[in-house]
Amino acid sequence: MQVKREERYSLRLQVNGKRYEEQVEPRKLLSDFLREDCGLTGTHVGCEHGVCGACTVLVDGRAVRSCLILAIQAEGADITTVEGLAQGGKPHPLQEAFSECHALQCGFCTPGILMSSVEFLQTHADPGKEEIADMLSGHLCRCTGYKGIVEAVQQVADRRKEGEKHESGDPVSICSRTAPTV
Amino acid sequence: METKQIGKPMKRVEDARLTSGQGSFIEDMSPLPHIHHAAILRSPYPHARIKAIRTQAAEEMPGVKGVVTGQDVAACTNPFPVGVTASVHYYSLAVDKVRYVGEPVAVVVAKNRYLAEDALEKIEVEYEPLPAVVEIEQALHPESPLLHEQVGSNIANHRHFSYGDPDKAFREADVVIKHKFAFPKYSATPVETYGVIASYQSSDDSLTIWSNFHGPFTLQSVMAAALRIDSNRLRILIPKDVGGSYGIKSGVYPYMVLMGVVSKKLGLPVKWIEDRQEHLMASSSGTDRVTWIEAAVKRDGTVTGLRMKMVDSVGAYVRAPEPACLYRTHSNTTGAYRIEHLQMETIAVMTNKSPTGLIRGYGGQQLYFPLERIMQMVATKLGLDPAEVLRKNLLGKEEFPYQTPSGGIYDSGDYKSAFDKLIGMVGYEEFRQRQKEARQKGKLLGIGLACIVEPSGSNMGYITVALTPEERSKSLPKSGCAEGATVSIDPMGGISVRISTAPTGQGHETVAAQIVAEVLGVDPRTVKVIAEMDTLTSPWSVASGSYSSRFAPIGSSAVYQAAGKVREKLLRIAADQLGCSPDQLEMKGGKVALRNDPAKQASLRRLVGSAHWNPQGLPAGTEPGIHETAFYTIPTAQPPDEQDRVNGSAAYGFVADAVVVEVDAATGDVKILNYCTVHDAGVLLNPLIADGQIMGGLAHGLGGALYEELAYDKNGQFLSGSFMDYLCPTATEMPPVTIGHIETPSPLTPLGAKGLGEGNTMSAPVVIANAVADALAEWDVTVDTLPLSPNRVWSWIQQSKKKKEEYA
Repeated sequence: MQVKREERYSLRLQVNGKRYEEQVEPRKLLSDFLREDCGLTGTHVGCEHGVCGACTVLVDGRAVRSCLILAIQAEGADITTVEGLAQGGKPHPLQEAFSECHALQCGFCTPGILMSSVEFLQTHADPGKEEIADMLSGHLCRCTGYKGIVEAVQQVADRRKEGEKHESGDPVSICSRTAPTV
Repeated sequence: METKQIGKPMKRVEDARLTSGQGSFIEDMSPLPHIHHAAILRSPYPHARIKAIRTQAAEEMPGVKGVVTGQDVAACTNPFPVGVTASVHYYSLAVDKVRYVGEPVAVVVAKNRYLAEDALEKIEVEYEPLPAVVEIEQALHPESPLLHEQVGSNIANHRHFSYGDPDKAFREADVVIKHKFAFPKYSATPVETYGVIASYQSSDDSLTIWSNFHGPFTLQSVMAAALRIDSNRLRILIPKDVGGSYGIKSGVYPYMVLMGVVSKKLGLPVKWIEDRQEHLMASSSGTDRVTWIEAAVKRDGTVTGLRMKMVDSVGAYVRAPEPACLYRTHSNTTGAYRIEHLQMETIAVMTNKSPTGLIRGYGGQQLYFPLERIMQMVATKLGLDPAEVLRKNLLGKEEFPYQTPSGGIYDSGDYKSAFDKLIGMVGYEEFRQRQKEARQKGKLLGIGLACIVEPSGSNMGYITVALTPEERSKSLPKSGCAEGATVSIDPMGGISVRISTAPTGQGHETVAAQIVAEVLGVDPRTVKVIAEMDTLTSPWSVASGSYSSRFAPIGSSAVYQAAGKVREKLLRIAADQLGCSPDQLEMKGGKVALRNDPAKQASLRRLVGSAHWNPQGLPAGTEPGIHETAFYTIPTAQPPDEQDRVNGSAAYGFVADAVVVEVDAATGDVKILNYCTVHDAGVLLNPLIADGQIMGGLAHGLGGALYEELAYDKNGQFLSGSFMDYLCPTATEMPPVTIGHIETPSPLTPLGAKGLGEGNTMSAPVVIANAVADALAEWDVTVDTLPLSPNRVWSWIQQSKKKKEEYA
């Protein structure tokens, strides 16, 4: 694809199951496109050089740093952002586990971490703590010390495994801290 | 429903919006139409004279609305006020000279950020480079280049203090142990950077500024003075969500003033979102500090006196509230120990580095690094076990409340119980055996200990210790740590709480809901807490904001007292309706009932309804409506006295840490095998949030110990401008951590709570340093600076090897 700098490009893609068609500058970052053109401000920008991971979204199912690609590179893609995680008014198990395990404080890095974790759990059937920490090493969180985040991802993985075995029941919380009350 | 809410590990009410992308952070906000975007041109030089700035080409770019330079700023603002006598002129844009890499030089405003950044490239600045001052000891030298010629030196503040009889303590000491320690400059790098939206309205000469600022709101008066505007025409609004700060975002205020000027000059609302490079090079950081410390010691390990000379580098300008970093821990300089004689010299120097300010631990990590290292060196020198030396010097339970020589009033504590708990948790005795065995196999294991006092709820008076008693006496004394809160109930019974604590992730909404729910006997999930701060409508005072771990001792107390006022009013109305006295009633489950005859009751909703729908039916002298505000401060937060003694904080917690490390002698790599920490923060308001705060503070302290540094070369060029150069701990760097608690309630706060969010940020750098020193005991290495990067540790080992070989 060749686009001139001063031209606008007619971009078509799908975000959270909804079709978007917008005229964009070829240099516009995907993160800016999602926030400014789609109004999806849940995707946060923390470093613009691909280290902090706050801007991570799923592009065709794969976790991608939306500050490192241009919007026009996502032509025709199917994108999921944090706003698309809850389904039918029901939160994603990771969203619940993050709250239960106190895996967030300011919550700014959280959307990106959730998106990476979604991809990770889809590709790892039975992850251990070390694998989870490795996946998280692509994200910076300055609030939590990561402990709650590791535990939240582990909890969802364990519950999924338990659920496969028993198909029912209420698995025990693995959060190491005092079990929270509702 | 249970009536007890305070102290329960309730899940946070903030989480649902934050995990679903519905938070409202500054960058998400668009409160006005036609907002334009600003980009800032910054200095590439550490020190240079500005000869000329040419902006015409930039102004002619498509989409550009205008350019603002230092001359505009100097013409319409005053230099920022600051609490020292040195005449330092600090403006929000460089005027005549630049003094650090990254200093703002010009602002471009355009239709969007992309165009504004394009235009930056068209601005031409002519600089005449000047020699830079980088190191602290260089700045102290009378011949060093001057940053601010009119000051006459690079010293912004200089004071001497003497408490007790330090000369006698040193004369009578069996041993004197001394060393020089250097603490590095580092930040906390919140993942959300600074952001400001400013809108000037000429019809009433007023400014409205939205920013992820979080106080202290003393700085509102600093901003108003700089802007030459009445304080009630400077409206500051803080968004509901702030993406972390750890103190760093209090340094956004010069940009709030700058964008105010820009909006006024260009006649447009403007938005500026800092990028990461800007943040690393020019936002804010902790100070780097050199400390010369001497301890007067008895042969049994009792420390009787201390002498400390502490020199902070506050960067290129002394920016309020600096030089407060030197004084924040003034009251607890002697730490957790019974040391009665203390001599101190404090100096703040200016260097060609970015200006400093609040940071988690503020002054604590800089203080405890030399103090806790010297305690370990005392043990080594005397051939004693460090655990024995610490235990011998710790204050006893019976000594509380304890007044420190410099005026701190430690409200409560049981340091020895907490320390014994720690020693058990880490398996200290067993470790010493394991360490011996490991050494025989050539493995370097080490254990470090540290005991620290964690101050919380800063007394506004402590900062004035930067001035002499004579200088202080010329203005109104400063004291207190006041915070306000409002609890109201609407006509249909909906309870809302307005707080001014400007949270940045600490869960204040949750804890405020728990407190109000307990006081009013309702479900905390039904209480709506409004954390957005607005200086025109929120209940606030100078000390308001989120810093110095002040929510647990102070902010929560204001909420508790406002809820108490509402409760009292509702009970008065109920007593009137039920024909009894208020003390016969109890309030729970959304009802007020007679304690001895629960059938006689009234629902909260009905009582509230009376106050709104039928005020004529209220008991005589009762105001209509339910809307109560309370302000809380603590009586012990007094101004400094004539002898420079000050109780700098409302409450003092305690932290004892033990860390086990393994050092790889071949690479210098430090691996933390085990981290145990015991806290005493009085009553825990929400244990889930408390442990989260501890883990976060610990991760930050770990970063300071091993990875983080804002590094400059000897010419003042900045070296750590990206997250590839400035290393933050990630999940794989976190060691196993065990947290323990004991609770000695504060007798001074109504809920018995103390702050705990900063303790491990203060203790982790030194406890890890102590562990590394212990691991390297067989080498002639003194761990006296940070971070303990593999390169640094390896070099120490090599130097020691070389010395050994030369000696042999």
